[in-house]
Amino acid sequence: MTALLYLVPASLILGGIGLFAFFWTVRAEQYDDADGNASRILTDLYDDAPKADD
Amino acid sequence: MSVAACPGCVSGAGPEPGTEATADARHLSFSVPTVHCAGCIAKIEKNIGSFPGVRSARVNLSQKRLLVDADSGLQDQILDRLAGLGYEAWPLDRSVLEKGRDPEARALLVRLAVAGFAMMNVMLLSVAAGSGDKGETRNFPHWISAAIALPTVCFTSAPFWHSALSALRRARLNMDVPITLAIFLATGLSLFETVVGGRDAYFDAALSLTFFLLLGRYLNHRTRMAARSAAVELAAMEAKTALRVGDRNQHVPIEDLRIGDVVLVQPGMSLPVDGIVVKGDSDIDKALLTGESLPERADVGTIVFAGTRNLTGPLQVRVTKSIENSALRRIGELVSLAETAKSQYTGLAERAAEIYAPAVHILSFATFVGWYWIGGDMRQSLNIAVSVLIITCPCALGLAVPAVMTAAVSRLFRAGVLIKDGTAIERLAEVDNIVFDKTGTLTRGEPVLAGDVPADQLAIAAGLAQGSAHPLSQAILQAAEDRNLTPASVTELTEVPGKGVEGKFHGGTARLGRAGWLGAEAVSGTMQTWLQLAGDDPLCLRFADVPRSEVSDVVRQLTDQGFAPAMLTGDRRDVAGPLAEQIGITSVLAEVLPEQKVTAIQQRGGRTLMVGDGLNDAAAMGAAHASIAPASAIDATRTAADCILLGNSLSEIPRTLAIARMAKRRILENFGVAIGYNLIAVPVAVLGYASPLAAAIAMSTSSIIVSLNALRLLRGQVS
Repeated sequence: MTALLYLVPASLILGGIGLFAFFWTVRAEQYDDADGNASRILTDLYDDAPKADD
Repeated sequence: MSVAACPGCVSGAGPEPGTEATADARHLSFSVPTVHCAGCIAKIEKNIGSFPGVRSARVNLSQKRLLVDADSGLQDQILDRLAGLGYEAWPLDRSVLEKGRDPEARALLVRLAVAGFAMMNVMLLSVAAGSGDKGETRNFPHWISAAIALPTVCFTSAPFWHSALSALRRARLNMDVPITLAIFLATGLSLFETVVGGRDAYFDAALSLTFFLLLGRYLNHRTRMAARSAAVELAAMEAKTALRVGDRNQHVPIEDLRIGDVVLVQPGMSLPVDGIVVKGDSDIDKALLTGESLPERADVGTIVFAGTRNLTGPLQVRVTKSIENSALRRIGELVSLAETAKSQYTGLAERAAEIYAPAVHILSFATFVGWYWIGGDMRQSLNIAVSVLIITCPCALGLAVPAVMTAAVSRLFRAGVLIKDGTAIERLAEVDNIVFDKTGTLTRGEPVLAGDVPADQLAIAAGLAQGSAHPLSQAILQAAEDRNLTPASVTELTEVPGKGVEGKFHGGTARLGRAGWLGAEAVSGTMQTWLQLAGDDPLCLRFADVPRSEVSDVVRQLTDQGFAPAMLTGDRRDVAGPLAEQIGITSVLAEVLPEQKVTAIQQRGGRTLMVGDGLNDAAAMGAAHASIAPASAIDATRTAADCILLGNSLSEIPRTLAIARMAKRRILENFGVAIGYNLIAVPVAVLGYASPLAAAIAMSTSSIIVSLNALRLLRGQVS
């Protein structure tokens, strides 16, 4: 049962990282155009390399 | 994003649309209603992105918008390029759009994420708590659950207790009162059980309750905001300034105009005010205001109204009525009056809540009293009462309506139909008769050359027509193009405002214009213009306002669905009658004034769907049970409409009605699921057999069933 002492905090921390990653995606407007993102994967643009930030 | 890269655009007031200041705007946005697939996105972004002076172009498919970061003054060129690519587009006023940003949706999304995160962790821990039989192995997971759940519940349930408190303050009960009570009682009781080392804790139930209800709330909010942002977007399409004539001409907001001011209205522009013409000679298109399809002559002394359109020559108009008293605003007031009546419509969700909220309270209070009376054990009675409250809590009910609405609204949006109001779908589903406006709704609202005109004459008429923007000239050019005729080369083209066009053809003077100008006798009952070649007898060219190509189909489909479409128009009976017959409409109400349209709708009784585009329809649309407007409709009408056809074609109307009825059926099915679930779960809970785990599972299952049932709307055949 002492395993719980490590595992519970570990699961909380991992989950917390996921949660903060989610906050970041909300703030970066990644949910503003769900339909567009779904269709963008169908184009050949940026298939070879990701778009460079400008 | 790019906004941060350009601090100059974030700060400072947005420029007024339609003034020179617009040239400074570097972030441009356009509404592009016809963009619908990956191909469209790639085509637009590649073409506009490579435009000289454009730094970046990005399409937002969900909102059907194009955002461009570009040098100043490119707006018109980009619009032209979009038109060249085959996409209808309108510029949007960015400063209006920015106000439409939605921090509330983000706050809800963040709360939803936190609730989901906490729920999953606590559920795992409750498995651990359930496997430990006593002592530390059971208490330790409970304590950790408490540590996660307490702050989470306080943070994530804020939307519910805010709303519950404000309802209680007005001494009312809403759905949020039992929700708040259930969440906080469950959390409080679980904390107490944890402290005393009891067996059951409801932390997971409290959190999953919060999670599913937040999901419903978020979907509901998104539907509402989609509607509102559409309204903002459409409002952004119309310029609200006028050009005031003075020592130097100046663009001013129409609110700043005073009686006695003189404004200059260029051909092609809408009149901003009611007034009297003091200079100029032109034709006025009153179709939007009165439904009359023939343009009327206007010269010095003619009284003109806001909302009509100036066609041929520049006009100077002296303002005779303040903006508040203009005919346009008066109709606007009629609209809002009619709308107040409509806002009293209570949706299915509200009606369900009115029954549900008190029932839940009474039931769980009765359970508590009953158990206390039988057993006399306060703690046990409270435990069971809370489990009843949790189990009956309207998870499925909270999702039943918003999930269906979201699915229906997004399906309709993909078909180019924009729903502006949440209850609009319910009202569309209840419609039992349909009334169409004529001009601009059933017809294209632009004249088409009728009858047989000899090819050589038509070529000369087309040559002359090139010198004018009058709709009849445009119709002649279109007719020539349809017959593959090249317009004859006419020289020295001059437009004589209010009269017509003249020019030189093979040495003689050729004229195209009003009968009176050419010395001919006007034919009554038809739109016409006359053509005269050097001294010959004038030739009459007749025009008709032809129905949209899809209209007969739409009327037939609606008749198949069991409706009897009717026509309501301000136009003359001898014009409306034959047209109605041609497209299969049997019931015609003609020569109806705008004010009478409202009474006509009210007298029809039943639940009327009004389809219209003109200002004269706006009030009637407000009075109708539900209303639809094409995208070409004017501002006030689109504001009054529940539903806008972005594709500017009526062909989606039968399907919209069918989807609305399907949506209503899904909502009722979902209520059925929620009630059925309660019929099984409530007796179990009241008798005290509901464990926290069973409660959490039952609640989640019913919520998921309801959501899946709603998703069926996204696909599948429409009858």
